[in-house]
Amino acid sequence: MRTDSACGEPPYARGVVPAIEIERLRVVRGDTIAIDGVSLTVESGTVTGLLGPSGSGKTTLMRAIVGVQVVEGGRVIVLGGPAGSPPLRARVGYVTQAPSVYLDLTIRENLAYFASVLGAPAERIERALDVVGLRGLERRIVRTLSGGELSRASLATALLGEPELLVLDEPTVGLDPVLRRDLWRTFRSLAAKGTTLLVSSHVMDEADRCDRLLLMREGTILADETPRSLRERTGGESLDEAFLALVEAR
Amino acid sequence: MNLRITMATALRVLRQLRRDPRTLALVFLVPPMLITLFRYVFNGQPGTFDRVGGPMVGIFPFSSMFVVTSIAMLRERTTGTLERLMSMPLAKLDLLLGYGIAFASVAAAQASITSAVAFGLLGLHVQGAVWVVVLLAVANAVLGMSLGLFISAFARTEFQAVQFMPAVVFPQLLLCGLIVPRDRMEHVLHAVSYALPLTWAYDALAHAVRGGSSGIVVRDALIVVGVTVAALALAATTLRRRTP
Repeated sequence: MRTDSACGEPPYARGVVPAIEIERLRVVRGDTIAIDGVSLTVESGTVTGLLGPSGSGKTTLMRAIVGVQVVEGGRVIVLGGPAGSPPLRARVGYVTQAPSVYLDLTIRENLAYFASVLGAPAERIERALDVVGLRGLERRIVRTLSGGELSRASLATALLGEPELLVLDEPTVGLDPVLRRDLWRTFRSLAAKGTTLLVSSHVMDEADRCDRLLLMREGTILADETPRSLRERTGGESLDEAFLALVEAR
Repeated sequence: MNLRITMATALRVLRQLRRDPRTLALVFLVPPMLITLFRYVFNGQPGTFDRVGGPMVGIFPFSSMFVVTSIAMLRERTTGTLERLMSMPLAKLDLLLGYGIAFASVAAAQASITSAVAFGLLGLHVQGAVWVVVLLAVANAVLGMSLGLFISAFARTEFQAVQFMPAVVFPQLLLCGLIVPRDRMEHVLHAVSYALPLTWAYDALAHAVRGGSSGIVVRDALIVVGVTVAALALAATTLRRRTP
């Protein structure tokens, strides 16, 4: 029995409870098995990279963690509660691969609406604009933005609630290298403040910026380790080579 | 449910509409244009315009709000914003009532403009109170909106959503009594007409226009409100937090 719960701080914040705990998760979409018995744990305050080719089940796994995916079996515990349960809706931020913002509103109007839904104070809008580097564009109608600006607008929306867990599906697609580097700095600084990040990518060079990597293929986890140990174990110089080594070793 | 979120949603929906001035122009100008056309088509029969014009003022908002909301909600589903909202602390009722408040206010404006043209410029004459006709028009708009919210779940594309308009609205227009009095219809059609919400919406309007029994108007209006609530409840079941 824990006796220290009176200190008010939720247990996951001290690393007692992991941010994500998945046991034997199974997801069937149509007649294909999208996730085939995945078990994993993600420690809080870390940046975990979810890598794998398109169609490997990354998005489905993320959707199961956010609690918007119908699952066939297994257990998904997020921040100590069942994934998708009402108290988690304000504590988990999710950015889908396709930017989900209102195209006919300005960036600021989008942020203002989602801030009201999340009950976030107005100054968070300003902070989110700065973090994603959209300051100066806030009066632009979202439809007129470039692809990279659009995905940053979508990311800004997820930052409004200052979530404890941030699930980002390919957030850096189509961004120029400077912005990509800046966003990864943002992710690191969020993690330093205790936010847990799960970031999917199919760009292997982003893997080195993560504390831990989850390599997915055909609905299963191929590898679950640090970038360094993965490289040492497989002998591959690049993570692409490491990935190939793992696939061929099966 | 949370009043802050509901009102923020209503405001957001209205902002989106304001960004689309052409749609707003169509919503506000097409009904008065059609009623004007109607007036001059029946130029030789002023009695017909008085009999049918009043109910038409109250039925336009039903069909236009049906189309506009079914497409607005379809966009919410297909662009991923619905999924995002469903992963946030927003109650389904916040979303549905937000839409309801936004479109009811648009419908009130639409009904007022149409009434002003019909009663003010075209000399439409009704025995009953004009405000009752306008109020019923708003109720019918909210009915059309809630049916549109529900039906949007069955459309994958905007093409499909638009086709639901003739599929859902036209049969009701034919059977509601506006074109042929219901007691002169075939037995089967007459029986079917009882089950269609627009029948009751039209019946309320027809009585209101004639200055008939207010008891019947209230009964019919309550049926319209009841169907609206039922359609909203059905719409709520189509908003899924988890999807396959």
